[in-house]
Amino acid sequence: MSTGDRPEAAIPAPAAAPVRWPHRHLLDVDALTRPEIDLVMRTADEMHDVLARPIPKVPALRGLGVTILFYEASTRTRVSFEVAAKNLSADVVNIAAASSSVSKGESLVDTVRTVEALGADMIVMRHSVSGAPYLAAEVFGGSVLNGGDGWHAHPSQALLDLYTLRSRLPGGSLEGRKVVILGDVLHSRVARSNVWTLTAMGADLWLCGPTTLLRGFDAWAARGAAGRRFTVTSDVAAALRDADVVMALRIQKERMASGLLPSLREYAARYGLTQERLRAARPGALVMHPGPLNEGVEIAADVAVDPRSVITDQVANGVAVRMALLYLMAGARRTEAGG
Amino acid sequence: MTGRRIMTAEDIRRATIRISHEIVEKHAGTDGLALVGIQRRGVPLATRIAAAIRENEGADVPVGALDITFYRDDLSLVAQQPIVKGTDIAFDLNGRTIVLVDDVLYTGRTIRAAMDALIDYGRPQAIRLAVLVDRGHRELPIRADHVGKNVPTSREELVRVTLEEVDGEDAVEIERRPGADAGGSAA
Repeated sequence: MSTGDRPEAAIPAPAAAPVRWPHRHLLDVDALTRPEIDLVMRTADEMHDVLARPIPKVPALRGLGVTILFYEASTRTRVSFEVAAKNLSADVVNIAAASSSVSKGESLVDTVRTVEALGADMIVMRHSVSGAPYLAAEVFGGSVLNGGDGWHAHPSQALLDLYTLRSRLPGGSLEGRKVVILGDVLHSRVARSNVWTLTAMGADLWLCGPTTLLRGFDAWAARGAAGRRFTVTSDVAAALRDADVVMALRIQKERMASGLLPSLREYAARYGLTQERLRAARPGALVMHPGPLNEGVEIAADVAVDPRSVITDQVANGVAVRMALLYLMAGARRTEAGG
Repeated sequence: MTGRRIMTAEDIRRATIRISHEIVEKHAGTDGLALVGIQRRGVPLATRIAAAIRENEGADVPVGALDITFYRDDLSLVAQQPIVKGTDIAFDLNGRTIVLVDDVLYTGRTIRAAMDALIDYGRPQAIRLAVLVDRGHRELPIRADHVGKNVPTSREELVRVTLEEVDGEDAVEIERRPGADAGGSAA
């Protein structure tokens, strides 16, 4: 049905895609339904096309203020969000906590209020404390996108991982595919968010690492995460056998002091992703890593640059997926505000 | 359908063929000509016009699809972010004469957005506009070069175009906008 009056009324959603994006904030992926995840993927496809143009910029978010508020070090996530927001013509402000009034003792809530008073419509936030973006979302009038909080969640990373898998797996489906997340699962917000999205898309998910770095996950697996099933094991050979995808996680060296690992060398010897270990996986198995890499620890240097590695795809797809998220969130923000 | 039918399938077929002749006449041939349909119903219309040109002139004119979602000037006004339907322009726009094709010309804002979108893909020699229905009420200084049917309407009316490829039937109908009698204009 065409009404011929698009400028004044919303285009009626096509019958094939009746999904709405109802989320004002994106704090975790656990709240996303499968159709909503599909909507992000479809929108990211369009953004991917925009990125392929000679001038990869569209005016969709013109006049919108996006503040990138990072309390923790980051290269790819911060730059990726910044590039994504600029490609949509938003006005971007970058705040690194170390060089802001946070170093003078300003509280998170005060910083968020200040950012809002300075005209931010959306905040992309990274914080070392799990749950910090939830607090920001309580006081902020616009949208909060979680750019990674403590051990808890990294929704945009999980969605770009999914986007990368869909574009690289034959048939574009994760249904029944064996996906192994290998390494420091315990401290990984990437792993926690990926548990939700990968199981939602029907993957046969395995989490593998030393038992000290899997703590709590076996209980979660046994309980079944909201009806989702996954396997937790320290047996790296069993995990990698016939795997379709292996995602290595960074060993967070800053955690070594706590005695969870005897030494990096021992970890590399027993759990590092090497060419030899990878032979147990399916021939065309994809290798992923959310970065930054400790080459020679969780992943061998030659595996990281192997033709099966999609690590650089992950970085490139990050921009398209984050453009999709910013675009969809901008709509939800207005919906709640009543137009 | 509850509306009054103002174009039948046969009317649409004739209008499409006439427009195809007009386009070739105005361009004095088909060299350097290309059609770009605006998502969604402009795309099948552009394909039909290209088919008519092929039949009459024996020449293949490239056809593209343009999604204008990211270029709308009302993104901050609509309640829900529109679903993006995709742009597919597989030819070089530079130096060509591009005929934009859409189903209904109303305020002109869609066409304004389409021109912005198009120019991001290249620098056409000229941009022209072909529409199936011109219903008036322009808010921008835009006019169509080729019109299937001029239909005087009031703002309280809706013009509905249905096409075989999208809706299963060819027709143009006119009806009162739901809730228009309250006198409020749509947001």
